[in-house]
Amino acid sequence: MAMTVDLPALEQTAAPRAAPARWSRFARPALGLLVPVVCALGWELVVYLGYSNGRLVPPPSKVFQTIVELAKSGELSRHILATLWRVGAGFALGVIAGTIMGAISGYWDFAKRLLDPTVQALRAIPSLAWVPLFVLWLGIFETSKVALIAVGVFFPIYLGVMGAILSVDRKIVEVGRVFRLSGPAMIRRILLPAVLPAYVVALRVGLGLGWMFVVAAELIGASEGLGYLLLDGQQLGKPAQILAAIVIFAILGKLTDWLIEVAAAPLLRWQDAFGAQGGQ
Amino acid sequence: MLALKDVGKTYPNGVHALERFSAEISPGEIIAIIGGSGCGKSTLLRAIAGLDRASTGSVTLDNAVITSPHAKIGIIFQEPRLLPWLSVADNIGFGLADLAADARGERVASALARVGLTDKASAWPRELSGGQAQRVAIARALVPQPEVLLLDEPFSALDAFTRRDLQDHLLDLWADTRPTLILVTHDVDEAVVLADRVLVMRPRPGRLFEQITINLARPRDRKSELFDTFKRRVLTALDRSLDRSVRDATDKSSAGEAMWW
Repeated sequence: MAMTVDLPALEQTAAPRAAPARWSRFARPALGLLVPVVCALGWELVVYLGYSNGRLVPPPSKVFQTIVELAKSGELSRHILATLWRVGAGFALGVIAGTIMGAISGYWDFAKRLLDPTVQALRAIPSLAWVPLFVLWLGIFETSKVALIAVGVFFPIYLGVMGAILSVDRKIVEVGRVFRLSGPAMIRRILLPAVLPAYVVALRVGLGLGWMFVVAAELIGASEGLGYLLLDGQQLGKPAQILAAIVIFAILGKLTDWLIEVAAAPLLRWQDAFGAQGGQ
Repeated sequence: MLALKDVGKTYPNGVHALERFSAEISPGEIIAIIGGSGCGKSTLLRAIAGLDRASTGSVTLDNAVITSPHAKIGIIFQEPRLLPWLSVADNIGFGLADLAADARGERVASALARVGLTDKASAWPRELSGGQAQRVAIARALVPQPEVLLLDEPFSALDAFTRRDLQDHLLDLWADTRPTLILVTHDVDEAVVLADRVLVMRPRPGRLFEQITINLARPRDRKSELFDTFKRRVLTALDRSLDRSVRDATDKSSAGEAMWW
């Protein structure tokens, strides 16, 4: 008798517990938006109420309006495409070179002794120091910009790939040896999957640096691109245009990073790590 | 026939791990190698597996000299060493890459059923318990049907109950194709439960100290008097191998000492 009384009581307490769980799934990302949204709305209000003229720090509505105007005139897509092309080309070159060099240095000890000290020495040079040389060698147009971005992307990829190969668990490699895998099979079936998580991280770091260096490249001398919008905004005193370019940089950077993450996710579902548990 | 002739190993750093180890092991025999730490048990096993080359002597399987991993020799390590990016089924089928996909699938499915993990076929290794993971490792090693299966302290990381289960399970699987089993262990109980012959080793440098034949019918009753007698004999040999004071072989107090290191 006591049990039949207890059971409905249990169900009652269980039901309202499900609702906060569902709520928190949306609330958690929303919490991260709270600070920037409140700041933006606050500034909008300050300008709207006339406490500031918003000339040097334009309100969000003005920035948005600038983006819309640039988009309408077709300027925006021209600048975005120019920047995307540079980042894409530089990133691709940097990834190819970094992956090949990193793989050789990680896999072959002699190559590491031969090449790694030189690469590390070059890495110590601030990449922007290459700019004058690249301009002299490659001209002031696209080639020198792409080269600069490629240099920026190269180092994290090189280090990531080399480090990942060097840290592959010897015990796992031994499993490959026990099953008598040939050299190529060992690479394909053991080394590649083992280094993939670190490689994806290296790609994301490299892409981040690619976005950093495209700004540097475009600030130096360009007639189009988001970096040019920044410089143009500074020279003509248009802070809204600068902020618009910054906002678009942020969106594009986040978007391309997200693309890598999404593309890699199905390959990394096996990971048993803190971060792989859905961000608890 | 697996023949070990004067197998010795000196590592490049000068450590003399193993000296002139000789034994002949018949097909289907179950051998347990037991000894104190530093007695070269694992060194010996790695030489048989072809993972490390012996400095002296030779390992031959059916007249083929073993210098590198061999198709007829499988090994199970202390840790499961599953590939974390492959599902349980793909881990078990890892050594069958040469087979057509459907033939491989059949072998894997029957191996999964045999170790009782059919429902885990598509699980990731991280979703398995320690005992389940080691069962997958056993299945992976057995699925290519090796003639010799080497086990390097395979159950030492598991709790006592799981260990006992897996020992029985291993014997059960062994009965399917009756490969030669060579098991390195610290556990006297495990050696006496499983082995036809226990090879007691002596440390620094590692060498064979004593062989004890366990002529007990299977399945063996861990609680029987005879079982205890064999355990005591192994324990006594171990003590002598380390020059410890020899205990009376009939001393009941040592019988309860299941683990030995």
